Order: sequence, then structure tokens, then C-alpha cells
Amino acid sequence: MSEAPVHRNLLIKLSMTAVAMFAFAIFVLPPMYDLFCEITGIGGKTGGAYTASEITIDTSRKVEVQFVAANNATMPWDFYPTEHKVFVHPGESRKVTFFARNKTGNDMVGQAIPNVLPNNAADYFHKTECFCFNSQPLGAGQEAELEVVFILDPDLPVSVNTVTLSYTLFDITDRVAMQVSQIQ
Amino acid sequence: MAHGPSENFFNRWLFSTSHKDIGTLYLWFSFAMFLLGGFFAMVIRAELFQPGMQLIKPDFFVQMTTMHGLVMVFGAIMPAFVGLANWMIPMMIGAPDMALPRMNNLSFWLLPFAFAILTSTLFMEGGGPNFGWTFYAPLSTTYAPDSVNYFIFAVHIMGASSIMGSINIIATVMNMRAPGMTYMKMPMFVWTWLITAFLLVAVMPVLAGLVTMMLMDINFGTSFFDAAGGGDPVLFQHVFWFFGHPEVYIIILPAFGVISQIIPTFSRKPLFGYSSMVYATASIAFLSFVVWAHHMFTVGMPIAGELYFMYATMLIAVPTGVKVFNWITTMYKGALTFETPMLFSVAFVILFTFGGFTGMMLSIAAADIQYHDTYFVVAHFHYVMVAGAVFSGTAAVYYWLPKWCGKMYDETMGKVQFWIAFISFNITFMPQHFLGLAGMPRRYSDYGLQFADWNMVSSVGAFLYGGAQLLFLYNVIRTIGWGKPISDPQVWEGAQGLEWTVPTPAPFHTFSTPPVIK
Repeated sequence: MSEAPVHRNLLIKLSMTAVAMFAFAIFVLPPMYDLFCEITGIGGKTGGAYTASEITIDTSRKVEVQFVAANNATMPWDFYPTEHKVFVHPGESRKVTFFARNKTGNDMVGQAIPNVLPNNAADYFHKTECFCFNSQPLGAGQEAELEVVFILDPDLPVSVNTVTLSYTLFDITDRVAMQVSQIQ
Repeated sequence: MAHGPSENFFNRWLFSTSHKDIGTLYLWFSFAMFLLGGFFAMVIRAELFQPGMQLIKPDFFVQMTTMHGLVMVFGAIMPAFVGLANWMIPMMIGAPDMALPRMNNLSFWLLPFAFAILTSTLFMEGGGPNFGWTFYAPLSTTYAPDSVNYFIFAVHIMGASSIMGSINIIATVMNMRAPGMTYMKMPMFVWTWLITAFLLVAVMPVLAGLVTMMLMDINFGTSFFDAAGGGDPVLFQHVFWFFGHPEVYIIILPAFGVISQIIPTFSRKPLFGYSSMVYATASIAFLSFVVWAHHMFTVGMPIAGELYFMYATMLIAVPTGVKVFNWITTMYKGALTFETPMLFSVAFVILFTFGGFTGMMLSIAAADIQYHDTYFVVAHFHYVMVAGAVFSGTAAVYYWLPKWCGKMYDETMGKVQFWIAFISFNITFMPQHFLGLAGMPRRYSDYGLQFADWNMVSSVGAFLYGGAQLLFLYNVIRTIGWGKPISDPQVWEGAQGLEWTVPTPAPFHTFSTPPVIK
């Protein structure tokens, strides 16, 4: 057993490598992925609430903004944009609405996840107000007008003439119920 | 001093710390899993024999494809090579045993439990895992059967087993080499395993992390992979393949090592380009970490990403090409004989290269849009996994079995098995290329009528191939029980290396005093 200390050193180093790789997978890879998507705009993820500042409206350009709404999997609500497209100048603040109705007989909670195409427009699409910042509880049979206020950044690449904002509506009733029960 | 194994059967096998006994356990376990995974494959091919649904329900079909993949990759191929490593590495480097014999016992005995848990899910309400062996979220999280928690637990256990096994191999190779056995004198099998063990230590924890994230998403309300809570299912695929691509080299590198031992023996020439083989293996291992997203070309990547992953993937053909070139050059002008291990090795070189070429086709990002998730992919990875890893494992068993048990296998039966396996393998998987190119998707229990003929051919081949494995089992049992005894330490005329200097059959203790390396 004279070699035991040699083995022990190696064993400790290799076990620590394994633990480090485990931690890397859980604590480093997901934030790194989010950061990478945020920097590159891949995945069309948009940022959080945007505080409007004094920016000049670029009246020389007009950009078409299209709205798409979709239900994820088994989400039974009616969900659609009231206007399918609008034309805006970069820098101009614009309010649009989406319509949602819980046509089931149960109280439910929905959550809309936004996505912007093309990818290189995602960074320039600012939302000052959005129903997607919160979850949407709707009672049985209830309906709601959901608001989005957005500004296209004047730095939007000139190659982009059309931007599509899409929302996918998820049923998070169970998830909310689970969180409530965990708090209690 | 000259004590042998425990007389008591249970003491000998349950509490064994001998690298030879544990190697034997690993090999028998992996063969049992190979038959189980093979049985699942037979169910799949029986259902696909004709269009329409005949034997099983679609949900059970996808449980079969999932379990076939999991059992073959984690239960059959990986433990088979760990078993070979246990048996051969100490004997090849002149060490008396593995560095950490008790951990060795633990890492083996975890496996039967892991696979008992995994297999038991098939009998649970809601069925076993039905989301493919790649278990993409949200199929494996939001839409998974309840048994998914058992699946996750089983993956954790087998991961722990693999990590312990690989730490043991690294410690053995780095600390226990006989005096004079420098790194660049180690046999290729030892080299490929050393590199594989490092890959395992690096990526098995990533797999463990991945299933842990799944576990939290399913049971604890996190949303790593759930878009409804701000997560992203695409993240799952990136983390999975960050594990999964090195995993395919974990499977194939030890196979390369086996082939690099056998071909020089039956060519009666030293391995051509030994040091280039070592560097090629290391390059393949390094590249395996930076090409993962070529499994996800259709996921919606920016063009720069697609191009990078395409070129990086194609780059792997260079070190792999070096290896194939060296094997062929080793055979060139050698005094060749074609005993069973050599037949399997030559078939390995031919069929693995073929599988490599279809891999090149798949690496072309633009073309992959067409091939993605079709039977072309299935055919490709069976050419590298079956004709690669399984053929090389079979070759290894025939090559070293006489050394292990001191008896010679039946050469005629070995050759018959080889030819049945070689021909039926190609009957099974060659038509799957055509099916895939014609657009037949994988993992479906039914198909359009235009795919009927080739599917029937493929199923016939698969049944034959399954039969060849039973012949293999029979030949091995017959050898151990009633084979012709041999006592020549050399066994094979052209064999080189320390394992051929110990008596045949290999005694329970070898190299208690280190050999002298010239």
C-alpha cells in the first residue's frame, strides 16, 4: 500500500474535476446560454421593461411591425392580436392590444412568452409596457384586453423593414398552484 | 502468498477486488445487456416488418426504441469496454491490479441496480421512458410518463459508476506502470482508454447535471427547459450534446484501441505510426468537445454557427483518417492471416470508414436538413456503433479469450459467426440508408407503403444478426467449458506485449513483481 498517497492525490483531483463539471452543467451552462442568446439576439428573446428616454423620432423610415399570437400545446384560451400589423417610425412609442378569453369553466393563469424576428431586430425592440411581464389570471369565461407599448430603437439596422413580434401563450395554472402550495 | 480466489461463489464474485474477476463480471453483465437491448431491437424490427400496426402499440414502440438505445449505449457497449480495460490494462502495463480495487468492485455492482431500475420502468403504470434515448425536453419533462424519475435515478447511478471506473483507470495508468513503461511505450489500447477516461470524467457529470435539471423542472417547479417559466428547451439540446458528442468518442476510442492491438498481431508487423495514433486519438478527444451542435442543425442556429459546427465536424475526419491510414498501412505487405479476431477487425476498418463517410454527409449543414431524424441517421450511427464498437468488442473477446481461460475457441464457428454477422449487418443497415434518403423518419411505429420492401429486408437482416449473437454466446460458453486447452503464453504467433508474457491461462495474480521493460 506504499502507493496509496499517490492514488489519493489523483483521486481527489479527479473527483474535484467531476464535481466541478457537474456544477458547470447546472450553474454555468444555463446562464451562459442565456447571456449568449442575449448578446447575439439568437432565439429572438427580448429584454425586460424599457424606460423611455428622449429619443428623436426618425420620420424618414417606416417599419412594418407584425403581430402573431399562438397557444402552446393544450392552452384552450382564445388569444389573438386586435391589429395584425402596424407601421411605425423608429423612436415612436406605440400601443397595441391583444385579446384573450378564458373560454373554459375553470379559473386559469396564462403566461405569454415573446419572440422577435428577425434575430438581429430583437435588441432594438423595446417594450415599455407589456402584459408578458406578468402572468395573466383569468376567471372562468372572463376576457381581457392586453396591452403592449413598444418603441423601435432608431439604431435598428437599415436592412430590417419588417419586424414580427410573436407571443406564445402557456398554461401555467399548475405551476402557480405548485408555487402557492410551496409557500404555504 | 500464492492464494487464489475465494472458494465461496458469493464471496468470490460479490466481494471481488481482483481486476480479472471484475473484468469478467463487467463482460458478462454487458453481454446480458446486449441481449436485452438486442431483444428490444427485435421487437422494433418485428413491428416494422410490415407497414401498419401488427404486434405492439405505438407508445410501446417508442419505449422500445428508447430503451434499446439506452441499454445498448450505457449497458452493453460502455461496460464491455470497461470490462476489457479491467482485464487488460493492468496486464498490459505490468501492474498487479487496478489502483483502487475496492472502488472497482463498487463501480461494477452499481450497474446491475441502475439497469434493474431502468428496466423495471417498462412494467410501471404509464410505461417506461418513451422520449428517445436523447430524452429531449419537454418530451422528457412536461410530457413524460411518471416513471421518468426512475429513469433519472438510473442515469445518476450509471453515471457515478462510469466516473468511478474512469478515475480508477486514470489512477492505474498514471501511477502503476511498471518501471520503464513510459507513456510512449504503452500499448494503444491503454492509450485510448486513458484518453477515454478523461473524457468520461469531464462529461458524465454534465449528463448528471442535465438529468438533475430535469428532475428539478419536473418536481420542484424550476424552469430550466420550460419556456412558460422563462427557460428554453433548446438549452436542453445544447447541454445534452455537450455530453453526447464526447460520449460517442467514449464509445469508439477504446474500440480503436482494440483494433490497434489486433491488426499488428495478425499482420505480424508493429503498428504503423504509433505516435501519430496517439496524437490522433488526443485530437479526436479534443475536437469532440467543440462540435456538439452538429446534432442540432435544424434547431434554428445563425448561419455563422452552422458554418462553424460544419467545418469543425469535418475536421474530425483528419485524425480519424490518420488512424484508418495507419491500420491499412500496418496490413500492407504484412504476413496476414485471417483468424476470427482479424476478420472482425478488418470488417471494422471497412464498415467504420463507411459509417464515417455517411457522417461526413451528415456534417454538411445544408444537406443535414434533409437527413435529420431520418433512417439515414439511424443507418449512420449503427455503422459506427455496431460495426464499430460491437465488432471490435467481439474481436477483443475472441482475441483475448484464450489468454483468459486457457482454452481455444472453435475457429470454424467463429468464422461462421463472423460471416453471418458481417452479411446480416449489411442487410439490416444498408437499406436504412435508402429509407432515410427517401424520407422515412426515425422512431415511428408505422410507415408509408413506399418504404415496405426495404423495411422487410432490413428486418430479415436484423433477425439473422440477432441469431449470430446467440452463436457467439454458445461459442464462448463452449470454449470456457469444453474448449481445447492451450498453455502457450504467446497464444498468437505475432502477438506483442506484456499480456502475452504471463502464463496461459492468466493466473489469478500477475506481475506481483513488476516486469523488466526493455
